[in-house]
Amino acid sequence: MSKGIPGYSRYRNEVDTLETLYELGWYRENMPRPLLGGGFLYCFLSYVRMNKGGNKKMKEQLKMIEQEALEKILQAKTTKELQDIKVTYLGKKGSLTSVLRGMGKLSKEERPVIGELANKVRERLTLSLEEQLEKLEEMALEEQLEKETIDVTLPGRPVRLGGQHLLTKVIEEIEDLFIGMGFEIREGPEVETDYFNFEALNLPKNHPAREMQDTFFITKELLMRTQTSPVQARTMLEYGGNKPVKMISPGKVYRRDTDDATHSHQFTQIEGLYVDKDVKMSDLKGVLDVFTKKMYGSDRKIRFRPSFFPFTEPSVEIDISCKACEGKGCSICKGSGWIEILGAGMVHPNVLSMAGYDPKVYSGFAFGMGPERIAMLKYGIKDIRQFYTNDIRFLTQYHNA
Amino acid sequence: MLVSLNWLKNYVDITDISPEELASKITKSGIEVDGIEYVAEKSEHVVVGYVVSCEKHPNADKLNLCQVDVGEEEPLQIICGAPNVAQGQKVAVAKPGAVLPNNFKIKRVKLRGVESNGMICSLQELGIEEKYVPKDVADGIYVFPKDVTVGESVEPLLNLNDAVLEFDLTPNRADCLSMLGVAYEVGAILNREVKLPSPNPKEGTEEAKDYIAVEVEAKEANPYYGAFVIRDVEIEQSPLWMRNYLIAAGIRPINNVVDITNYVLLEYGQPLHAFDYDKLGEKKIVVRHAKTNEKLVTLDEQERVLSQDHLVITDGKDPIALAGVMGGLSTEVTDTTKNVLLEAAYFDSSTVMKAVKSTGLYSDSSTRFTKGVDPNRVKEAGLRACELMGKYANATIAKGVVAYDALNREQKQVKVNVTEINKRLGTLLQPADVEDALQRLQFKFEKRSQEYLVYIPTRRGDISIFEDMLEEIARIYGYDKLPYTLPVGAGQAGGLTERQILIRKIKGIMEASGLMESRTYTLISENAANTLISPELTEANYVPIELALPMSEEHKYLRLSFLPEILRILTHNRARNEFDLGYYEIGKTFLTAESTLTKQPEERLRLAGAVTGNWVHHPWQQENKLVDFYVVKGILEKLFNYLNVAVVFKPCKHKDMHPGRTASLHLKGETIGFIGQLHPRLQKQFDLKETYVFDVDVEGLLEAYKNEPTYEEIPKYPSIGRDIAFVLDHTVLAAEVKQVIMDVGAPLVKHVSIFDVYEGEHLEAGKKSVAFHLVYQHPEKTLTDDEVQASYEQIIEAVKKKFNAYIRS
Repeated sequence: MSKGIPGYSRYRNEVDTLETLYELGWYRENMPRPLLGGGFLYCFLSYVRMNKGGNKKMKEQLKMIEQEALEKILQAKTTKELQDIKVTYLGKKGSLTSVLRGMGKLSKEERPVIGELANKVRERLTLSLEEQLEKLEEMALEEQLEKETIDVTLPGRPVRLGGQHLLTKVIEEIEDLFIGMGFEIREGPEVETDYFNFEALNLPKNHPAREMQDTFFITKELLMRTQTSPVQARTMLEYGGNKPVKMISPGKVYRRDTDDATHSHQFTQIEGLYVDKDVKMSDLKGVLDVFTKKMYGSDRKIRFRPSFFPFTEPSVEIDISCKACEGKGCSICKGSGWIEILGAGMVHPNVLSMAGYDPKVYSGFAFGMGPERIAMLKYGIKDIRQFYTNDIRFLTQYHNA
Repeated sequence: MLVSLNWLKNYVDITDISPEELASKITKSGIEVDGIEYVAEKSEHVVVGYVVSCEKHPNADKLNLCQVDVGEEEPLQIICGAPNVAQGQKVAVAKPGAVLPNNFKIKRVKLRGVESNGMICSLQELGIEEKYVPKDVADGIYVFPKDVTVGESVEPLLNLNDAVLEFDLTPNRADCLSMLGVAYEVGAILNREVKLPSPNPKEGTEEAKDYIAVEVEAKEANPYYGAFVIRDVEIEQSPLWMRNYLIAAGIRPINNVVDITNYVLLEYGQPLHAFDYDKLGEKKIVVRHAKTNEKLVTLDEQERVLSQDHLVITDGKDPIALAGVMGGLSTEVTDTTKNVLLEAAYFDSSTVMKAVKSTGLYSDSSTRFTKGVDPNRVKEAGLRACELMGKYANATIAKGVVAYDALNREQKQVKVNVTEINKRLGTLLQPADVEDALQRLQFKFEKRSQEYLVYIPTRRGDISIFEDMLEEIARIYGYDKLPYTLPVGAGQAGGLTERQILIRKIKGIMEASGLMESRTYTLISENAANTLISPELTEANYVPIELALPMSEEHKYLRLSFLPEILRILTHNRARNEFDLGYYEIGKTFLTAESTLTKQPEERLRLAGAVTGNWVHHPWQQENKLVDFYVVKGILEKLFNYLNVAVVFKPCKHKDMHPGRTASLHLKGETIGFIGQLHPRLQKQFDLKETYVFDVDVEGLLEAYKNEPTYEEIPKYPSIGRDIAFVLDHTVLAAEVKQVIMDVGAPLVKHVSIFDVYEGEHLEAGKKSVAFHLVYQHPEKTLTDDEVQASYEQIIEAVKKKFNAYIRS
């Protein structure tokens, strides 16, 4: 009952004795109750004086007023109309008040009876007014909200978000995978010396395998690195020959190839190296198996086949079963059912000893892979040049989580 | 190396295995088979026919009307347009119903009113590649030797049923540049016996040494030179089988003498050379290094100017061959050659390599010499050629070989220990497994308790240490059978370094700001290499590094900036109707001030980007915003705040940039990059609308990066705000005014921001109004209005005085 009326309870104690005369409606009008209540009492008394003996008639009058007012309230369409009704029936000059003025004519016995009835009528009218007001307000709000309706199918305000290059995405995925296996990430210069790019990797000058890698030379001794393998040699030298090396090294490499759908004079490579006491070839198989299954899916079959790299012995190339034809042979795998994905091997003793590791004590494995190739296989990209054209329609295809 | 399986069958039994299966086994054992070529698609109903008669077609000048006996009751009447068709020939006849390659169906037809019941075929029509077709039958039908049988299917006769495996040999497997080497390999893989030819030439009574003398001066480069004398050769076609094998191996047959040297080259892997004996000036072979500027006209009719690096064969006086590379024209074997001097020699690989590089003459011979030939097969190959010359050129072979011989034919020895093998491979091999592998490889060995002493055959020059043998044993055992294990060594905590983490974060900020990561080429054109270079690089006199031998003008220099390449991306995308673009790249630039590099350049990581078009494009709510300077600056400011580095922006001039919309970036007094609008000249050049770029030295940012977040008490006392608008000359920099406000207002002014900038009709020309919002705060008390007012007035006075400013009312 005191909901929403600040200080009501304190006030309530003060006017306790007048309790029965006060009703909800008065408070709502936000007028000082004693004054209002007092006014009402005064009016009431004078009405009783005026209407002595008119008890029955007054009762009917009150009922009529009530009925008439209730009808009008229910029909009211605006808050203004409701306000008018309130003034008309309950205001100082309103009809209920006028009736009550006649109460003075009533007998002492009749006055309380009529008074109580009049209060009930006022109570009911006030309540009805409030209910109708609430209803109208609600309707008005609904109408207002209806007008505020928007087209929720219109596009939202674009939030600009860039994204990684697909190669970066692939490289970071591989980095994180090997970090999880205890590898660190090492970097090295892209302009390399002949020594680190070739000699330290067991490719002395005039070695026939140098023909395999056509090189962009800058001077006789300096060149654009053709592989990320020099980082192996640099890292081993830095580690001084007496502690394990467990690293991968992603980066750009360069070769004298004419750019076409499958060749690029610049591409990326990820080199991996693990050197420790008693590293076995089966460890290489195990690590690459974990990598391949994680990268390409555990349903892919893996094949290890002997190969040749000057810096590893034994050497191995790793194929996965072709996803497109499930190993039956198709144009993607050139009919073999297998797709070559990386080269690897046990670090050649010459490479170990040149980098300060005693090949009698230490052994290790190394592997190298091409993120472009991985991405091309994984996403079915047919032209390596896509990676370097940076067409926005290409890049954004891979910006999903 | 192209390996004809029909040829290979002569040495090792592969009849029960399909070409595909064999290819797969060889690949799995270490030599990648790149493809399987079938010499021809199946040609049924093609048989040998005898041309009984050949007359002119009654109604056509260029057509012949032939009656051809194909072994059936009646000869077939066939119309043939080939110029070389003649009565008495044995030819390949496609009978009606035959289907030739390319699905060419042979039917009975009428040609100019006369019936033709089949076709007389050329080799090309039967599916042989044009370039391998012998020249004498290149322009017409193929004519068989007389000894073939009429009605016989041509498929085996012409080796059309052959499958050829294309070996992608790694440089170490020079042994498989010969059919015998391939036979050993396949024998080991299949665990089958290998049958080798044992040449036994029928020698005449004359002694070779009476015809020729051999003298080697360059003993290092030529440890073996053998000369065989072959007399009274009859130059003619080589036998059909030999021609077939050569075609399958990718060599065009020429005549019996040349074909035999090529055949033995392929069979033994040993290059041979045939000289016309009668054309040798002095009957004396002298092998020496060439004299400077000595000349030799080689078989390809090119005059070669030689140097002392070249090894030459001379007839005692003049060079007659460039050793191991190509013979001389003057001693070439021709149709009139009667007597042949056959050379079988061992030339040092690096000597031949030098000659190949200087002349550019890559040939089947030079390839084999550069990769190393088997010292034990040199002489044998010569004998094999002599044997074949006797048989197929009707020649007389002089007795013996005249040779200089200082060749080391010793076998290398490698110790192999089973325990060590298992330790390295992670296997549990038994001695029997190792022995099995060695036997299959045909490597001789001696067992010495735990160890094997293996004698490496000289054909396998690639094997010299234990690890090489480890691979041999592992691959014959099968890589697929090796177990899978994970390393058990003392682990380390893997992870990114602080630098690597920061670089990833910088990328993250760029992407969260709406920029796409690009990856462009490091090698760029000369023009690009000198465009949009950051001021500090120009000041340091850095020059773009030039490649010694670029492949194209497009990729000739190492970049100092990646902006030109990023601009090309914008151009590319705009041409495809993508207009709102923002890219960034993080990568290396290569810094040197040396015009000729003497040491590695400094490689510094930079961050650059370019943005063009709409930054916000939301048309239906009328919210479009073109990219401007402040959009891009905002991105950089966010990055600098994130890295906690205080970078100052100063107006700057740059030849490639808008003169009034460019700032240089400064960190601790060093220039670290620039930002601004591209010069309209460049915008036009790249076909771009207003474009903004930035280029920052990441190394500088990383050095200055501070990762020391210290706790700062959150203020307890309220702050008080004050606004103030100054009218300033247009040229006055807002940052300078802000600095004065901060300096004068210190320590009470905690924060100053700019909330309005106005230029226009309500101000006099050349003036602008800049409105600042000042925040006052004291850490230990509530400031009074008087205190704030006093500071505020001081600030106003200071700004008025310093910048000739007044307060905008």
